[in-house]
Amino acid sequence: MDKNKQRVQKSFIYLLLIGFSVLFIFPFIWMVGTSLTASGMVLDRARPIIPLHPVWHNYVEALTVLPFGIFLKNTLLISVLSVIGQTLSASLVAFAFARLKFPGRDALFVLVLSTMMLPPQVTMIPTFIMFTIPGWIDSLKPLIIPSFFGGGAFFIFLLRQFFLTIPAELEDAARIDGCSSFGIYRHVIMPLSKPALTAVALFSFIGHWNDFLGPLIYTQSMDKKTLALGLNAFKGLHGTEYNLMMAASVAVLIPIIVIFFFSQKYFVEGVVTSGVKG
Amino acid sequence: MEQNITTSPVPKSTFAPTVSPRQRVRRQNLEALLFLSPWLLGFLIFTAGPLIASVVLSFMSWDVITPAKWVGLANYKHLFHDPLMYTSLGNTLYYAAFSIPLHLVVALALALLLNQKVRAMGFFRTIFYLPSLTAGVATFLLWGNMFEPQAGLLNRFLRLFISNPPGWLIDPAWSKIALVIMSTWAVGATMLIFLAGLQGIPTHLYEAASIDGAKPWAQFVNVTIPMLSPTIFFNTVILTIGSLQVFTQAFVLTHGGPSNSTLFYVYYLFNRAFVYFNMGYASAMAWLLFAIVLVLTLIQMTMSKRWVHYG
Repeated sequence: MDKNKQRVQKSFIYLLLIGFSVLFIFPFIWMVGTSLTASGMVLDRARPIIPLHPVWHNYVEALTVLPFGIFLKNTLLISVLSVIGQTLSASLVAFAFARLKFPGRDALFVLVLSTMMLPPQVTMIPTFIMFTIPGWIDSLKPLIIPSFFGGGAFFIFLLRQFFLTIPAELEDAARIDGCSSFGIYRHVIMPLSKPALTAVALFSFIGHWNDFLGPLIYTQSMDKKTLALGLNAFKGLHGTEYNLMMAASVAVLIPIIVIFFFSQKYFVEGVVTSGVKG
Repeated sequence: MEQNITTSPVPKSTFAPTVSPRQRVRRQNLEALLFLSPWLLGFLIFTAGPLIASVVLSFMSWDVITPAKWVGLANYKHLFHDPLMYTSLGNTLYYAAFSIPLHLVVALALALLLNQKVRAMGFFRTIFYLPSLTAGVATFLLWGNMFEPQAGLLNRFLRLFISNPPGWLIDPAWSKIALVIMSTWAVGATMLIFLAGLQGIPTHLYEAASIDGAKPWAQFVNVTIPMLSPTIFFNTVILTIGSLQVFTQAFVLTHGGPSNSTLFYVYYLFNRAFVYFNMGYASAMAWLLFAIVLVLTLIQMTMSKRWVHYG
């Protein structure tokens, strides 16, 4: 009797899970379907969701009407360099907060956290004006260089939480062997923190890949645009050609989806570290 | 480090035979300063400096080309009499009022389902989490396409039940709701935080409750919700800050329209700063936004004392 009830309950849960999964996955299926639909069919109310005769040529057309190669190069440049800058600088700062003793440490850490509350719009305008002085507007520099200065409060926080879980005995042993603080950072903490560092690198990469407001403010000419801006420009130029727009969008999403499927446990752990221990 | 030394079996002298304690402290402080320097410099250059400049700018009138002029409180006075500011603030609060509760409920529901010791939990978790990572122009365009009134997926589906489905993004009455629906699809990070919170609730609490005869619903209300309240609070604060900054989806999909129905606060600020180059006015707007975020967060913190239980 009780077992039957449990079985009914479990089936109900699976039913809900599958229902939600369909809801969550369907937009992607619709997207791929639209991207393969022939131009004349896109606004047809009765067209099949997945076309019977997929038009693969849509992808060629979508990715050649605008210089997506240049957009990709710019986006990769920003994302990769920012990943290096944020991971490196956030880990150094987090190391100090987790492993070193110095006066005012806790007050300073509260200051780091409080910067998360500050809406970026408050500092956006003076920062923009500041970057006009060396003439860096319409270049990728304002989108890359700030990453090397601390890496952002969120990543410092995430890495500090992780560094705190590494047993102090390992550090002591290294100190006895004559390791300096930098040596401990480099040879003890960093190698043991690969999961957290990977999470930071992945969040940083995806954050910059998807970033819109930054490139929108700082770049103007076509050869400085990123993929996100390119897609927006595409909409402006070919607003009703949904099939081509979706083909370009699928192309922009594929790298993210591939990265995610190969490294999802790092994402999950990263979110959990930041949320629970906060 | 002091602690570490005393707990280690090695005598202090092996460490620094020729260095006095005071020198060692000074060395330690210098080391810490070096490690902190990227953040310290970044804080000065990209946060503290611009923060001060932004206050000053908010008392000035400046269009970037002609020299800046001191105008005192004029920007703020103008701001409080600007009908578009009220429109944009109203739109933003409307968006926040719908999207925050919806996010919380959907994220918690999904997290509760995933927490039921189901098989293939990782698979479902992946599916629910993915849209939050892909959120950007590409998925905004995808939703723009789904909201298309004629051939869009949503209205094709709705026409099975009603004859006249809404125009979504081209209808001022529905445009914000459409953006709320779209953002709820990207609920994954909030869900993961809830899931971690749920997994942190000790099972013996449920066992005790069920011995006392508590039904699942009573357990949910009397065990899950109180134990999860710090997580609910955390997510509410994060979602509030995030939803007040809604911008990109409106910029890409609706350009603030139709009839300013998706002109959100940050969108209006962006226009003032980077379309009309009213740098002073936009800075005043930014400070008002900061004040609103602070007030809302403080209200949430004060209220949290009544309902958040830290175990």
